[in-house]
Amino acid sequence: MKLKKLIVASSIVVTGVMTNFAYAADNIKVGVLHSLSGTMAISETTLKDTVLMMIEEQNEKGGLLGKKIEAVVVDPASNWPLFAEKGRELLAKEKVDVIFGSWTSVSRKSVLPVLEELNGLMFYPVQYEGEESSKNVFYTGAAPNQQAIPAVDYLMNDIGATRFVLLGTDYVYPRTTNKILKAYLAIKGVKAEDIMVNYTPFGHSDWQNIVADVKRFGSQGKQTAVISTINGDANIPFYKELGNQGISAEDIPVIAFSVGEEELSGFDTKPLVGHLAAWNYFQSVETEENEAFIARWKKYIGDDKRVTNDPMEATYIGFKMWVKAVEKAGTTDVDAVEQAMIGIAIPNLTGGIAVMNANHHLSKPVLIGEIQEDGQFEVVWETPGTVMGDAWSDFLPSSKDLVSDWTAPIKCGNFNVKTAKCSGQKF
Amino acid sequence: MLRLFSVFLFCVMSFNTSVAMSEVQENSALPALIKQLPTSKLKQMGPLIDQIAATSEPQVGAILQTLMKGDLYYLKSNKQVVSAHKNAQKEYRLTDILNAEVLPALKKSAIKKIRTNNRLRKQIRDILANLDLTDQDPAVRLSAVKQLLDNPNQVGIHSVNALFKGEQDEQVRELMSVILLIDQLETGSTAEKLAATTQLSDRLESVVKNAFVKQLALLPESPENLPLREALSKAIGNIEQQASVYKLVEHLFFGLSLGSVLLLAAIGLTITFGVMGVINMAHGEMMMLGAYTTYVIQQTFPNLIEYSLLMAVPAAFLVSGFVGILIERGVIRFLKGRPLETLLATFGISLILQQLVRTIFSPLNRQVEAPQWMSGSLEINPMLAFTYNRLYIILFALMVFFSLLMILKKTSLGLHVRAVSQNRDMARALSIKSSWVDAITFGLGSGIAGVAGVALSQLTNVGPNLGQAYIIDSFLVVVFGGVGSLWGTLVAALTMGTFNKFLEPSMGPVLANIIVLVGLVLFIQKRPKGLFPQKGRAAE
Repeated sequence: MKLKKLIVASSIVVTGVMTNFAYAADNIKVGVLHSLSGTMAISETTLKDTVLMMIEEQNEKGGLLGKKIEAVVVDPASNWPLFAEKGRELLAKEKVDVIFGSWTSVSRKSVLPVLEELNGLMFYPVQYEGEESSKNVFYTGAAPNQQAIPAVDYLMNDIGATRFVLLGTDYVYPRTTNKILKAYLAIKGVKAEDIMVNYTPFGHSDWQNIVADVKRFGSQGKQTAVISTINGDANIPFYKELGNQGISAEDIPVIAFSVGEEELSGFDTKPLVGHLAAWNYFQSVETEENEAFIARWKKYIGDDKRVTNDPMEATYIGFKMWVKAVEKAGTTDVDAVEQAMIGIAIPNLTGGIAVMNANHHLSKPVLIGEIQEDGQFEVVWETPGTVMGDAWSDFLPSSKDLVSDWTAPIKCGNFNVKTAKCSGQKF
Repeated sequence: MLRLFSVFLFCVMSFNTSVAMSEVQENSALPALIKQLPTSKLKQMGPLIDQIAATSEPQVGAILQTLMKGDLYYLKSNKQVVSAHKNAQKEYRLTDILNAEVLPALKKSAIKKIRTNNRLRKQIRDILANLDLTDQDPAVRLSAVKQLLDNPNQVGIHSVNALFKGEQDEQVRELMSVILLIDQLETGSTAEKLAATTQLSDRLESVVKNAFVKQLALLPESPENLPLREALSKAIGNIEQQASVYKLVEHLFFGLSLGSVLLLAAIGLTITFGVMGVINMAHGEMMMLGAYTTYVIQQTFPNLIEYSLLMAVPAAFLVSGFVGILIERGVIRFLKGRPLETLLATFGISLILQQLVRTIFSPLNRQVEAPQWMSGSLEINPMLAFTYNRLYIILFALMVFFSLLMILKKTSLGLHVRAVSQNRDMARALSIKSSWVDAITFGLGSGIAGVAGVALSQLTNVGPNLGQAYIIDSFLVVVFGGVGSLWGTLVAALTMGTFNKFLEPSMGPVLANIIVLVGLVLFIQKRPKGLFPQKGRAAE
């Protein structure tokens, strides 16, 4: 009896001391808003781990502004409306200083109003369709002009493609990207009859018809290429069918925007060898920073077979930039950090320097890689310098006059250069 | 003769790359060119490869082959170009590419790959094809001629011109004549063009049609061109007509293949749902277990990938069948005659099985390899090819169907199953152990679902959600075909598959699915008992 009382008492004391200590230390709180269950868990769990690894690393260096960084992890469970709720929880209840999170565009759109209402700050680390610039979000993934447009240029100039098949999964990212690509191809003089577009549902597995159509489309005597925004699971049966119907990467190369190292690690890569992907980062790029990053990741996760990928680099750059901006501003206050962020430069893992621009998008290099048998990519082309991310595509009539500039005097995410007006729409 | 030819080839090639040849005077040019490989950018590689080919040295073929395969490396230390192959100790066995001298094995970090891209590999393939035209083996010559047909180049056409007369192999000769005729069509006089057009008008190769279309577009509309123009448009019309016929056949094949997948998925359900009347929501998970069994077999016997599917079929049948019997004994028999509760309970089981697989195998998709004999396609003619994996799955589905039919019709087990499903009480009165029959029937249905999973592992992703994608379709097929009727399931599955595939090209996959569904609902309104309703008192 006595012993039990003692334990209870001591545990109360210990808890009290610890809470006190925690409050006294006044930690900096970093919110992590990535799905840890549901369909997106496969991809997003990796990013949660990346943020946690970065926080651990920063704390080992002595924290930030003399304080420890503390992670607050929530699980929006691949449920898009839940992103808004969990975002609100992070900002209003946990009072986090910054959020790293979101993968799909629809989840970002879901949490955006909450960020703007409560004046939060979020880093979004995935390549996306553009046509957005919010004061409260920094986009460290690629905009279409940092992935899709250079990919088309590569296909035209290096492969000599004159006919294009745009295949995509039926949701907002492929549809918007393909709209931009179609406009861009038209400007480049590709006729409408030389473009074939097809959308399939998520997880589509019977590709016989579509691949046969691609084959027919590609046998008209002109070099044909496929631009694929096919997402996730549907890719394996698609590439398998390509291989079985005898279409090799030399005949009709496929360039993919959603197939990276992580996705390939569950594939039988034989049918994919030689096909292409466009990203800003590949694990195979040999630089000192990258090797250190890979080594640290493998050690942190405790698995030698785990791979790194582009959204992880985007998370890495985003976190480093935020740390630098907080140090520069001397505070974690959102408005001060937001202004301090612009112009911050961080070395890329693939060499060169990433710079945060006034439109909240990064300047970074674009790489095109060929898929190898071991599931890695070999770089076959890269932009000579960095490419500045463009929030509003120049190739769509609705957005070609819009620019985003969050510095004074414009301070607007969608400033119309023709009418010199900010539309007032916040995102 | 061969020697003469190689001299000839040499001349042609050097003509092609005359700029390069001004520097390359002697045979010793090759080492210097090879030396440039490590330092060249991808853009400079194209001309460099042409120069290497133009030296016509005997090693050129082997060097380019190695480069194309991605086995050509150079030592970081002294830029020596070597071919490298990984050995068992994860080091690389190195051989000098020029003098075949074997070098000490090195780690990956000491060597660097000489990069190529698709365009360079295509260029090398063309060059190698031209070299292969004189190969001893007719099969090699055939693939070389095919490559040349798809990617015509002057060097190759000249060699074909020289080789055509001496060619013995029928198939190679035929394709060679096509190459020469296309060349004639493009460069000959009007009369020659006309002759070539008539001779080529029944060829199905896409290059032929493209050549026709190109000629027709280039030809000015004047009276003297009229006969040629007419011949060309007639030939194009003829080819297009044939193409539309073959397209129809192709769609039929696609439909049958989708239908056979539906058949495989639904046939086990016909037994559990149709014969026993149990709504088994975990049916999809039985397929998933079958697919995972294939994965486990491939992991256990990594050297027997070619036979893995043959081993997986009985194994998957046993695993899924065993789990099926467990479910029947453990859950379903206590819920007999309570369909709603059975539905909920089996749905719960399906979730449990999914989570179990997530815990054991991770939520990521597992990689199931396709054996060599399941890859590629059977080419009927240049316009029509059937992929082997689909072909085998159609055959396999029919095999499963007929063996099940045999079991139900010809064995005593089948007799008991039919007896119990028609009149349980009477069957029991005749000393049939109905509970035992129930368990075996459920096991049989589940086992067949497992076998279906083996087939599905070759078509789609092996992951925890595999079953869910097929469960709805399976129920649809069974209801459409008439509950409990095996033949109904066969007809329903193939009909649904074919309809879907014929609608898909014009409406897209989503709308095609919707229309098939709506059609199904209307059909059920008209005939609530499906295509082949069960007759007699048992049906009431």
